[in-house]
Amino acid sequence: MSEPLKRPRFWGSQAASGLALISPTALYAILLLAAPLAATLVYSVMTDGYLTVIPQFQLCNYVGECHSQLADGTMSPDGYLGAWSDPIVRTLMARSLFVSILVTAATVLLAYPVAYFVSFNVAPSKKALWLFMITIPFWTSYVIRVFMWNVMISRTGVINSVLQGLHITSDPLQMSFTIQAMVITLAHAYAPFAILPIFVALEKIDRSLLEAGQDLGETRFTTFLRVTLPLSMTGVIAAVLIVFIPTIGDYVTPNLIGGGKIPMIANMIEKQMLKADNRALGSAIAVSAMLVVGLVSVVFLALNRRYLKGPK
Amino acid sequence: MTSAKPTMIEFKDVHKYYGDYHALRGITATIQAGEFFSLLGPSGCGKTTLLRTIAGFEGISSGVVLIDGKDVAAVPPNQRPTNMVFQSYAIFPHLTVAQNVGFGLRKDPRSAADKARAVDEALAMVGLSGYGARAAHALSGGQRQRVALARALILKPKVLLLDEPLSALDKKLRENMQVELIKLQRQVGITFILVTHDQEEALVMSDRIAVMFEGQIAQLDSPERLYRLPKTRAVANFIGTMNFLSAQILSEAGGKVEVEAQGFGRLQLDADKQVTGTPTTTGATIGFRPETATLLFDGQQATDRETMATVEEVVYYGDMTYYDVLLDGTSAPVRLSMRNVFGRPVLDIGTRARVGWSPGALVLFR
Amino acid sequence: MKIPVLRIYTIGYLLFLYCPILILPIFAFNDSTAVAFPLQGFTTEWFQNVFHDAVLGKALKNSLLVAASTAVISTFLGTLAARANTRYQFKAAGPLMGLIMLPMVLPEIIMAMALLVVLLSIGIPLSLFTIILGHVLVCTPFAVAILTSAFQSLDKSLEEAAYDLGEGPFSTFRLIILPLVMPGIISAMLICFTISLDEFIISNFLGSGEPLLSTFIYGQLRFPKNVPNIMALGTILVGVSITLLALAEFFRRRGLARTGAKDSGGFL
Repeated sequence: MSEPLKRPRFWGSQAASGLALISPTALYAILLLAAPLAATLVYSVMTDGYLTVIPQFQLCNYVGECHSQLADGTMSPDGYLGAWSDPIVRTLMARSLFVSILVTAATVLLAYPVAYFVSFNVAPSKKALWLFMITIPFWTSYVIRVFMWNVMISRTGVINSVLQGLHITSDPLQMSFTIQAMVITLAHAYAPFAILPIFVALEKIDRSLLEAGQDLGETRFTTFLRVTLPLSMTGVIAAVLIVFIPTIGDYVTPNLIGGGKIPMIANMIEKQMLKADNRALGSAIAVSAMLVVGLVSVVFLALNRRYLKGPK
Repeated sequence: MTSAKPTMIEFKDVHKYYGDYHALRGITATIQAGEFFSLLGPSGCGKTTLLRTIAGFEGISSGVVLIDGKDVAAVPPNQRPTNMVFQSYAIFPHLTVAQNVGFGLRKDPRSAADKARAVDEALAMVGLSGYGARAAHALSGGQRQRVALARALILKPKVLLLDEPLSALDKKLRENMQVELIKLQRQVGITFILVTHDQEEALVMSDRIAVMFEGQIAQLDSPERLYRLPKTRAVANFIGTMNFLSAQILSEAGGKVEVEAQGFGRLQLDADKQVTGTPTTTGATIGFRPETATLLFDGQQATDRETMATVEEVVYYGDMTYYDVLLDGTSAPVRLSMRNVFGRPVLDIGTRARVGWSPGALVLFR
Repeated sequence: MKIPVLRIYTIGYLLFLYCPILILPIFAFNDSTAVAFPLQGFTTEWFQNVFHDAVLGKALKNSLLVAASTAVISTFLGTLAARANTRYQFKAAGPLMGLIMLPMVLPEIIMAMALLVVLLSIGIPLSLFTIILGHVLVCTPFAVAILTSAFQSLDKSLEEAAYDLGEGPFSTFRLIILPLVMPGIISAMLICFTISLDEFIISNFLGSGEPLLSTFIYGQLRFPKNVPNIMALGTILVGVSITLLALAEFFRRRGLARTGAKDSGGFL
């Protein structure tokens, strides 16, 4: 009696079909995302040359002092500081981190009640409509929205003209070029990103759990604190990450709202890569920024791991 | 005695693996043409897998599957003479009822008028005349099932496969559909193979049933024989309820087996008709169905043998009452079912009662 | 009477969200170059400027071309990935899908920079083509998300039923699967089109001299006297975006209604 066929052939099996089907998209992502990111990593440990990067391994783009190679092949006598050695880069990194954390906190805190409202206080048939209304602004041009905020908060802008017209203030308020303004603009831009994950998590909560809580003597508020909030933490965590990570990389807002006077790390990356033609350094800064973001995220997730256990 | 029907489906030592999981372990069976055949078993026993190997949606790892004498290993589902009614009915939601029913006729060379006529006939056969223009996604569960039936039968397959077709319907509808399916099968005359986990359903509808546990066929028989003479305790437990008492085999000779049974004492059983399993040493089990023993009320005489018992639990069901009684000399109660006869009282817990029983109704599991 | 605190809060929040784009049309018709109250009168001068601007016309054409190409390519790639992920099981699915969806959480500037540096090193000149490459990278995850939802609501038995009734893989796809996911496909295309139209960061870095709407707007912002023109343009853009979105939502709901599935409340 022959041994029954335990494992079917691969080719012609469904695994092969699946792989074949996804391959164009996957290939695209590998070529245009994975490869460039890998290249950035590689560049960050190489030497800066004239309009190019020289494949000579060095770590000084991160720590220490580097020398660029000039057009004629010699090394430049003036050195430049590596990402972590440069106080300017460190300041920008810290500022970006600070702004991002502020924005994330503000956005998520402000978003939670909205998500709660749509999940608990809106009839099921209308939920999709509310969500649609909430996400519309997100789909319009980011540049236009940032521009509008800029215009609104300028010294001669809408807000000041309204306040002065209503005689609430006599002199125009200086709102532009401030960190507060940047925070508000970014919070506005990423608001829907925060609302949706929290909403999804809240929807998943079994309503009878809340009724059980009240049946056992809780008030509505303590039920919220002890039951709803912990159960929605996976959504809150997702919201935090979804807002935090992109805001660090934002440079449009610092440029417009900050007027170029309050650059963030992304502006620095732009400057090094394009204007200063130092791709090695720019890559090192970019990688450093991603590392910092990754580290903060991991720490954040670790602190909240008790909310992440169990079925998602 | 009817003449032997021709074989429609044959399984020869069929095995199927999903990776390391041995889903079908050596299935050997034949299904006759024109019979209403059921695959019955608990979830995970492999019955749906087996059905899908007939349809062609699952391959097999070894063995042979023959449909109408032909090995179908290399035949894809769209070329087999079978059609399937899926558990979710799989009605195409973007088409009308008529378009659904006529879907398989796309490559049929008949004229459009002939096809339309065929669709109307199929709809009439399942009791959905006039529903042709309705949007398929607006139908009720029972209506969808009929559309699925019509859609499959219009292609005049040799075998109709039904994957738990009634499990999504509520009780009343289910009972009606059971009768309708039996009538439909007789009318159309082809082989029906039904997969179900509901043993009542299988008993009601089938000519023969294959009871499956863990990838193997435990017993393949008519409903009556499965009920009266289950081959193993597992089968006995799965089909209906059975009471078990331990027994000692005293001797076996000349087609008769003598046992000493708990609660029933010494008795003799017919080896052919009442004994299953292979001879082991002496430990065995006696089984009997709840309706084969009766509580005897005042003035009633036992038709055969009689024992004393104490009533432990009374469960009232409207038309039946189930009594859990402890037979003298036993340690665990057995269940008796009594029709509620008008005027007869329901016994109290703790009452001493006489129980009438017959050795001929017992089954011995070795 | 109970004060609906949450409702008031949410409406206030929505006003905050809509603030910039509500103000846009107001000042687009305002007869003044200063964006401040009080309003100075009604004019369509700014809109007329918009329609007569030659550079803007070019930017518009380029943007439409890029957006349309992005929509088609992203939706195509997204359909393949979504179908592969929902229908088949293979070990590489997790990591590959993670990579494909990564652009949704990466800061755009990092992706733009990395891509730019690599393209320059290989020697590929920047052009509308490179912009399309970048846009497709960013839009495909959205297409995948929308289409995954569409494919998931397809009952697997529908395909098997089609086979059972005599169809092959291609005709099954054409007769059963495609019609049922078509609303998702249209939805994905509209969304990708909108994203591409409004996208700025990648357009800025991966483009050459060819103007696009978003980069054009960014460039104009330096000149205060052009601001009202930008307002007018912005009004039009916002109007178009909202219309496309409403259409996308309409198709999404229609898709759900056709298959009889339940509405889980949105794309994401």
